[in-house]
Amino acid sequence: MSNLPKPDAATLLEIYRKASLIRHNDLRVVRAMKAGLLMTPYYSPQGQEIIPAALSVSLNDNDKLCTIYRGTHDMLAKGFPLGPLWAELAGRITGSCKGKGGTMHLTHPESGCMVTTGVVGSSMPIATGLGWAAKLDGKGGVAVANFGDGAANIGAFHESLNLAALWKLPVIFVCQNNLYAEHTTYANSTAVDRLSKRAAGYGMDGVTVNGNDADEMYGAAKIAIDRARAGEGPTLIEALTFRFNGHLIGDAAGYIPKEEFAQAKANDPFPMLRARVIADGIATEAEIDAIDADIKAQIEAAVDAAFKADLPDPVELKRDVFAHELA
Amino acid sequence: MTTETMNTIQAVNLAMHDALAADPKLLILGEDVGDLEEGGVAGATKGLSTAFGDHRVKSTPISEQAIIGAAIGASLGGYRVVAEIMLMNFTAVAMDMIVNHAAKLRFMSGGQTNVPIVIRTMTGAGMSNGGQHSDYLEAWFAHTPGIKVVAPSNPSDAYGLLRGAIEDPDPVLFIENLPTYWNPAPFTREVLPLGKANVVREGSDVTIISYATMVAPSLAVAEQLAGEGISIEVVDLRTIAPWDRETVRASVEKTGRALIVHEAVKEFGVGAEVAADLNEHLFGKLKAPVRRLGGAFCPVPYSKPLETAFVPSSDEIERTIRGLVA
Ligand SMILES: Cc1ncc(C[n+]2csc(CCOP(=O)(O)OP(=O)(O)O)c2C)c(N)n1
Ligand SMILES: [Mg+2]
Repeated sequence: MSNLPKPDAATLLEIYRKASLIRHNDLRVVRAMKAGLLMTPYYSPQGQEIIPAALSVSLNDNDKLCTIYRGTHDMLAKGFPLGPLWAELAGRITGSCKGKGGTMHLTHPESGCMVTTGVVGSSMPIATGLGWAAKLDGKGGVAVANFGDGAANIGAFHESLNLAALWKLPVIFVCQNNLYAEHTTYANSTAVDRLSKRAAGYGMDGVTVNGNDADEMYGAAKIAIDRARAGEGPTLIEALTFRFNGHLIGDAAGYIPKEEFAQAKANDPFPMLRARVIADGIATEAEIDAIDADIKAQIEAAVDAAFKADLPDPVELKRDVFAHELA
Repeated sequence: MTTETMNTIQAVNLAMHDALAADPKLLILGEDVGDLEEGGVAGATKGLSTAFGDHRVKSTPISEQAIIGAAIGASLGGYRVVAEIMLMNFTAVAMDMIVNHAAKLRFMSGGQTNVPIVIRTMTGAGMSNGGQHSDYLEAWFAHTPGIKVVAPSNPSDAYGLLRGAIEDPDPVLFIENLPTYWNPAPFTREVLPLGKANVVREGSDVTIISYATMVAPSLAVAEQLAGEGISIEVVDLRTIAPWDRETVRASVEKTGRALIVHEAVKEFGVGAEVAADLNEHLFGKLKAPVRRLGGAFCPVPYSKPLETAFVPSSDEIERTIRGLVA
């Protein structure tokens, strides 16, 4: 991976900032759940922060994103604001989706977060369509489809990759391979050792990277995004990673061998990135602490405002089913 | 507005032609829709890619999920899309995209996004296409909040309602009848709004509520029984979901008797919903129980006598009406 473009100091700091936002936000969600403030299935992305952080520094507001139930990391990295996010988690009328979407359907078009799906694999066909629109617009926009390793075995994967490659669409297919799909290991569901090998079968570029490594992830994403913007078509990126909170909060993850979990934890990418940013002299420990403190304060403000806001009125059941309000 | 003779294939083709000309952000998508592929298996899109470019009228691989997904994505990206699913039974392959995504994104996003797509599809018994190429499945979609369902009964309505569906800000499933595609009829080139039923014949004794293929036999029976002094009002729903309750209730309030007829299997069909609504709202004003006729409870059969017997016949409509007024 030595020939990949490397992030400069400012970019690396930006990647850190995004990763910190994701990590601290996740910790805060889990805390709110444990305190009984949030009652929702929450699919924590803890451990997968570097993937969207290192990818989205090469995206702009015009680029579009489709993600899955495990997607707060993707959306925060893309620019989904904390206020509407927390209000949505809290089921408030001030939520981005007026409390009608929730954890699995967070949406914020202004930041390009177009669809969050609770159906495995369904981010891919829609991102393909967003890529088609971007290509027709001719302004160099790209669409990103996030999905898991388990989703690579659903039919939508095949249809989407073929269509995107056939039409040379500016779509980045980001498979976040955290080695588990619910309780099933990668090895028990997938015959091929590297999912990126499948790209060749669609006539598209494919690459497997350590998604927990900011340099590798940044480099692979930058190449894919630049190619997409230049009209050279889609890329499949398999980003190897691990999830620290099981499939969803409450899952004790007894199916993960203790040694495997311990080793992954020992390689927690967030503290590693933090240590590296300091060691490389990109920022001092005090500066990093200040960044984290500022992020935590922003999160607290969002949490505060969210739980103070009004809950939706039942009249909302008649709104947004169609453009016109139901009788 | 011109008056001439046209069949439904021509009407649908003209509607897409006029819509493509009117809106540069309209796209057509589906298997074989381009002119390289002869403009569709029935020719519904013939000439469109030549006239408007194959970047706007785009043939796809046989990938129903990707067709609807691409239509949804492009619509979220600021376009309008008419996506063709060749036959209605194949919507089953794209059900997740239609039901979980197209229909729900407006609501689940709290109105931040919407999916202005039309899914054109064809179906119907009568050509010995058998059990996987003939079903009317409108009840599946009418049961899904967020998607509109339209089924025209004649070429003018096909034109007008398809234009109306394309202009509509919500996803629309547009059901065309394959066996009657080539039947010519007098034609009016006029955009029709969705959600409005059409009282195609006025009467005072019984209301027949129907749509798509069952409107024509209903009208024929009405004509025949008029000679015997039985006055039948025929209401063509045009839009199945959301259906025009006001027009239907007003008609049945006037006649006091109602029969719903559709080609789809009767059990759990659209007729059940309409009948229940009429019972809830007009119980004291009904002179007889609301009746329903629909396809037999079996897959659409192949052999001609079976296929014919599957669909409600004019005889059954007539007998049911006689029972209602007896
Ligand atoms: C079509 C479909 N089948 C099953 C499920 C239930 N389900 C939810 S998440 C999941 C595992 C998906 O694993 P993966 O794609 O690896 O993503 P991860 O959760 O690991 O991020 C399953 C089976 C679903 N939501 N959708
Ligand atoms: Mg997984």
